[in-house]
Amino acid sequence: MVRQSTKEDEDRSLAAMLAQHRAVEDMTSERTIQDLTTGSLAATSAPQAIRAPLEEAVFKLSDVSVNYGTKQAISGINLDAPGRRVTALIGPSGCGKSTLLRCLNRMNDLIPNARVGGTVQYHGTNIYDKSVDPVEVRRRIGMVFQKPNPFPKSIYDNVAFGARINGAKGSMDEIVERSLTQAALWNEVKNDLKKSALALSGGQQQRLCIARALAVQPEAILMDEPCSSLDPIATLKIEDLIRELCQNYTIVMVTHNMQQAARVSDYTAFMLAAEHGVNGHLIEYGPTTEIFTHPRDKRTEDYITGRFG
Amino acid sequence: MRNQRRRLFNRLMIGVVTGCAALSVGIMFLIIGYVTAKGVTHISVTFLTHEPTSLGEPGGGIKHALVGTLILVTIAISIAVPLGIGAGIFVSEYASPRLALPLRFLADVLTGVPSIVIGVFIYSLIVIQYGFSALAGGVALAVIMLPIVARTSEEALYLVPRDQREAALALGTPKWRMILQIVLPTAAPAVVTGCLLATARAAGETAPLLFTALGNNFYSTNVKEPIAAMPVIIYRYALTPYPSLHDQAWATAFILVGVMLVLSAITRIVVSRSIR
Amino acid sequence: MTRSVFERQLSAVQEDMLVMAGMVESAIVQSIEALRLRDVALARRIIENDKLINRRRYDIEEKCIELISLQAPLASDLRTIISVLHITVDLERMADHAEGIAKIALMLADEPPIRPLVDIPRMAEIAIEMLHGAVEAYKLRDVKRALEIMDMDDTVDNLYEQVYHELLTYMAKEPQVTQRGTYLVWVAHNLERIADRSTNICERVVFLVEGRIPENVSKY
Repeated sequence: MVRQSTKEDEDRSLAAMLAQHRAVEDMTSERTIQDLTTGSLAATSAPQAIRAPLEEAVFKLSDVSVNYGTKQAISGINLDAPGRRVTALIGPSGCGKSTLLRCLNRMNDLIPNARVGGTVQYHGTNIYDKSVDPVEVRRRIGMVFQKPNPFPKSIYDNVAFGARINGAKGSMDEIVERSLTQAALWNEVKNDLKKSALALSGGQQQRLCIARALAVQPEAILMDEPCSSLDPIATLKIEDLIRELCQNYTIVMVTHNMQQAARVSDYTAFMLAAEHGVNGHLIEYGPTTEIFTHPRDKRTEDYITGRFG
Repeated sequence: MRNQRRRLFNRLMIGVVTGCAALSVGIMFLIIGYVTAKGVTHISVTFLTHEPTSLGEPGGGIKHALVGTLILVTIAISIAVPLGIGAGIFVSEYASPRLALPLRFLADVLTGVPSIVIGVFIYSLIVIQYGFSALAGGVALAVIMLPIVARTSEEALYLVPRDQREAALALGTPKWRMILQIVLPTAAPAVVTGCLLATARAAGETAPLLFTALGNNFYSTNVKEPIAAMPVIIYRYALTPYPSLHDQAWATAFILVGVMLVLSAITRIVVSRSIR
Repeated sequence: MTRSVFERQLSAVQEDMLVMAGMVESAIVQSIEALRLRDVALARRIIENDKLINRRRYDIEEKCIELISLQAPLASDLRTIISVLHITVDLERMADHAEGIAKIALMLADEPPIRPLVDIPRMAEIAIEMLHGAVEAYKLRDVKRALEIMDMDDTVDNLYEQVYHELLTYMAKEPQVTQRGTYLVWVAHNLERIADRSTNICERVVFLVEGRIPENVSKY
């Protein structure tokens, strides 16, 4: 992530490996007081009592805020997203969940006069540090958008695009096949690789977008309401795929569909804004089963049971 | 009663606007028709492939002007298209809104500057020092094309959907590669349209060439020498007292109008393709 | 309040459950009456009514399944429906215990009593109090009350031990009362089960309010 020094990168990934190793040991051995302090529980010093997962966090957000000009979109976000798990962000529209998601790969940089405060640590590196190259951040942390947005190119070129940009080694054909297979699309398109991506159905296009993101070999994938423009069958396919992918990738997704968050995610964060687009806060964060069976906060309960407002 | 009056007024208005439209289109057809009628009969292979004869003698052709215009336009395109697209990219992709606004305004003003003023400008800038030349003419035409290319390509780039850009950037694409490999190809049809329109406009300009390329009665491909051009030929021949040169002027005008029509038609086709 | 239709359906199904609880409670009360007064007609009515209670249970279950599949309830709504499902099963089983007692009342109606019933009516009293209290605790979402009632189960268990040993000793001394004695042990056993199932209801009250299932499983 640091542009100049690859040495530092190596050290960092080694540290991350060690940390992961320690986390596994912790989970297998008996839980001690130390787990609680080194684990993410103690790290979240949110104004609200927010429970965080007892797993090694890949994303560690501390007091994150985003301002658009003078308007504060979100503030005071403390959240740890664990590795190789699906973390869902839910909440009413305008609560800042997409804004928060876009903090995780510096997509907010692209919006003029957006200002991000606090720190977003990814494997221990603050991705908003001056020495960090946002292009590299986005390469490591892929993103899938609300509307399928394949390039007006062939299926093959769509998948190969990111890999070529990033100077992927090895056979491009193999990369394309592997990515499409991972995205559960290979069998449907293997004979039409030269056809325009725009000829695919919405669900296929979205899986193509996932394949395109996978071809860059990211470590984490952000998904911004990936199924909101898809029919139920395509939605279930994508959901299945997300469960499949989380064996190897850290996934953070925004969804409007609570059932989807319940079906797909391991951890759920509920956000709420003072008013539309203003001062979004994290209300409650915890294991999905807990959030959906007995949330601690009345506001979460009201939202989840559909008695919001 | 009132209803009737309203209906009458309605019909009147429809009549007026229909008349306006008919008049505009009619004038255009009149020009094309008149030019065709006067010019088409004088077109021949000799006319297209021969240089002019001595003054006042019948026969001869406009090979020198055809090639001259081709050279002038080529020079103008090779200057204006890269510069214009580059400027368009800068305004659309890199300039802050505070900078983009005045830049757009300046480009619009430049589009509106009378072409003869541009001719005088290039005259004082280049011709006074280096003399009349095809190069100076090409530069003058490039100045005319530049704002058109810049504005159309800027708008075309601006219209490329945000989700395409985000998709590219989210893959870890550097911005310049995103612009070159995603934004430009997507905007290409509209950019090409802008370039074609600008070319058509430049090919028909006379005034700036009088101060720069000057015109030449002989076949020349040397860009450092004065060069003939079709609009200049029309202007010069029309001012002579010889009927045979008047006829050649009409024929040249017909070719020029034909070239315009073809360029416009190509533009149309490119646009409709891109929409589909 | 949004989701008013769902709101209404959810309270209707709980209302049904409370009505069922009332039916079960009176079945238990009447079964002990029938046993004590040797009232054959009453015993027959209890056995007949059990079918109504069973039907009610399946009605409620169907409504719950419908709510789950159509309304996708979550959080407290989900816990409510799960609780209703559990409690109706417990109530239905309690009604079966009452029916069991009524059947024994039928069989004992022609036999002479062994001796005056003391401990069994006492057990019945507590079991009924537990059921009644558990339903009240459900209505009021009263965790404290529910936990208190769960503690009462120990008393019933002790009484059951006592009745069991007394009858065993008695039967050993006078073999001709063995059959009647066994019947009475069965009655006591049914009452003990009723008390157990009342604590199940209390457990559901805790789950409903706190989202956890009480951990003192070892108690039952």
